[in-house]
Amino acid sequence: MKTLRFLLEKEFRQIFRDPAILRMMFIMPVIQLVVLPMAANYEVKNVKLSVVDHDHSSYSRNLVNKIKSSGYFILTGYSSSFDAALKQVEVDQADIVLEIPADFEKTIVRENKAGLFLAVNAINGVKAGIGSQYLNTIIRDYNQEIRLQWIQMPRFNNEPRIQTTSSNWFNVHMNYQKFMVPGILVILLTMVGAFLTSLNIVKEKEIGTIEQINVTPVRKVHFILGKLIPFWIMGQIILTIGLTIGRLVYGIIPEGNIGLIYLFSSVYLLAVLGLGLLVSTFVQTQQQAMLISFFFMMIFILMGGLYTSIDSMPAWAQMITRFNPVSYFIDVMRMVVLKGSRLKDILPHMGIMAIFALVLNSWAVFSYKKRS
Amino acid sequence: MIELNTHMITADKLTKQFGDFTAVDQISFDVSKGEIFGFLGANGAGKTTAMRMLCGLSLPTSGKASVNGFDVNTETEKIKRSIGYMSQKFSLYEDLTVRENMRFYGGIYGMTIPQIKLKTQYILEHLHLEKEKDTLVGSLPLGWKQKLSFSVAIFHDPSIVFLDEPTGGVDPITRREFWEMIYEAAHKGTTIFVTTHYMDEAEYCNRVCIMVDGRIEAMDTPANLKKQYESAHMEDVFLKLARKATRIAD
Repeated sequence: MKTLRFLLEKEFRQIFRDPAILRMMFIMPVIQLVVLPMAANYEVKNVKLSVVDHDHSSYSRNLVNKIKSSGYFILTGYSSSFDAALKQVEVDQADIVLEIPADFEKTIVRENKAGLFLAVNAINGVKAGIGSQYLNTIIRDYNQEIRLQWIQMPRFNNEPRIQTTSSNWFNVHMNYQKFMVPGILVILLTMVGAFLTSLNIVKEKEIGTIEQINVTPVRKVHFILGKLIPFWIMGQIILTIGLTIGRLVYGIIPEGNIGLIYLFSSVYLLAVLGLGLLVSTFVQTQQQAMLISFFFMMIFILMGGLYTSIDSMPAWAQMITRFNPVSYFIDVMRMVVLKGSRLKDILPHMGIMAIFALVLNSWAVFSYKKRS
Repeated sequence: MIELNTHMITADKLTKQFGDFTAVDQISFDVSKGEIFGFLGANGAGKTTAMRMLCGLSLPTSGKASVNGFDVNTETEKIKRSIGYMSQKFSLYEDLTVRENMRFYGGIYGMTIPQIKLKTQYILEHLHLEKEKDTLVGSLPLGWKQKLSFSVAIFHDPSIVFLDEPTGGVDPITRREFWEMIYEAAHKGTTIFVTTHYMDEAEYCNRVCIMVDGRIEAMDTPANLKKQYESAHMEDVFLKLARKATRIAD
């Protein structure tokens, strides 16, 4: 126990003496939390629309006006030939081409139906998909208006309709920031935990001080605890900074008990620190440690359910996400922050995370050798 | 004071292989208490590997050895309590001050705070480093760093200290001072096991052992070796022996 005290004293001295680490630990989260949630927004706006109007009737103009006034589209072209519009797509000036046929108005009036043609630039899949959905909704709406204008609705509508109205539970206004901030915070915590511990130990390997430690009677459990505890504390501090930014900048106040987040993060940090430790026992240089941590981070981030929805992944990919600690914390964050979940709701996640922590740390202690 | 009857280190056919490369090939020797035992050899002769096995940093492939009465195969943690080690690489923390380094190393060897304070004061005075006690070790000149390193290696009063090329890159004056420190420690009864390839330093040792290609080629006092190989200096003895090497130095 006394040995541990000296080890901790030394670690804290070194951490607070290294301006680069301090910057990384405190300024990085602040910038990421202020910039990323503002930029990362799933709502598709500014879809560039090119209209090919062969009709030039009041109906076609009304439709175009309606689309324009929705706020989601920017009219970048209004041409009379489809080829010209397609050229615009080619040079990236248009995302969607809406072609209005020549007898649009006439056919509606005479035959009570008309066809429109949409050509979508699907290079950016998300934008294409959501953009054309918006456009379809607007056109359907427009259709409705015409019908109202033209035919007196019969008392009993001969065409049965089902109208859906939806309301968003737990995040009423579909506020993306409320959705992103907790997730980004989890990723930051993971990065600090896994990156910094592995770099710290590998640095001692590089400069040779670890050999000096290995020749002392320090027990490896003490040595490892001496590395874990400081970064565990740093992690909790970063979490606090993050939650404060969430509250001050984005007005995010967790629905549930904030203590639950800390409770979960205390287990979670043990798991990611264990991962960092494990990486450090397998590599020799800081470069190697960086590359391996980076590999894990990429998978953690992209398969963590923050930028991509786990539910829409194929079954094998969903299996992989079960081994991704990030996905559990993001889940817990959302449960507590948005839904107001209680302890018993997050217990299964806690259990799994405890297993992660146990396995990773025992593995790290096992593969850390004082003797070669 | 050398006590010839008390063997602090004994090695018996100690061997280390890395794959099919034999770094240390069946070396046997004894080192007495208070002796300054020099380990000489070209780069890659196996000096550091032999020393690492004795310190418990490397597991021997075969053979037996004991340090301070403890077996290097099974009792390494007991060995570590009673030895000091100064590696080839400078291994104090450059981002800690002189005092903090001493406190740290003293602490992890189980010394109490008052013991650490007393010893720190003694060393600072002895090395004339009182003004630098709060200087980061990284900003000290190399010669001072090496002397400090040695002082930290014997901070907890080990009975044996292992020095792996302690004076590499150090100027002659500092080297001289360094050896005075070694003598002083030996005089107090500390056993010194030192590797070097400075032949003038070999003359300072009570006994030297010359390693070639992982094997011990010669082992005796410097005076006897010079007589045996009909040379005026240790340098000539070393060259006569080391030229037999077939292994390519790293």
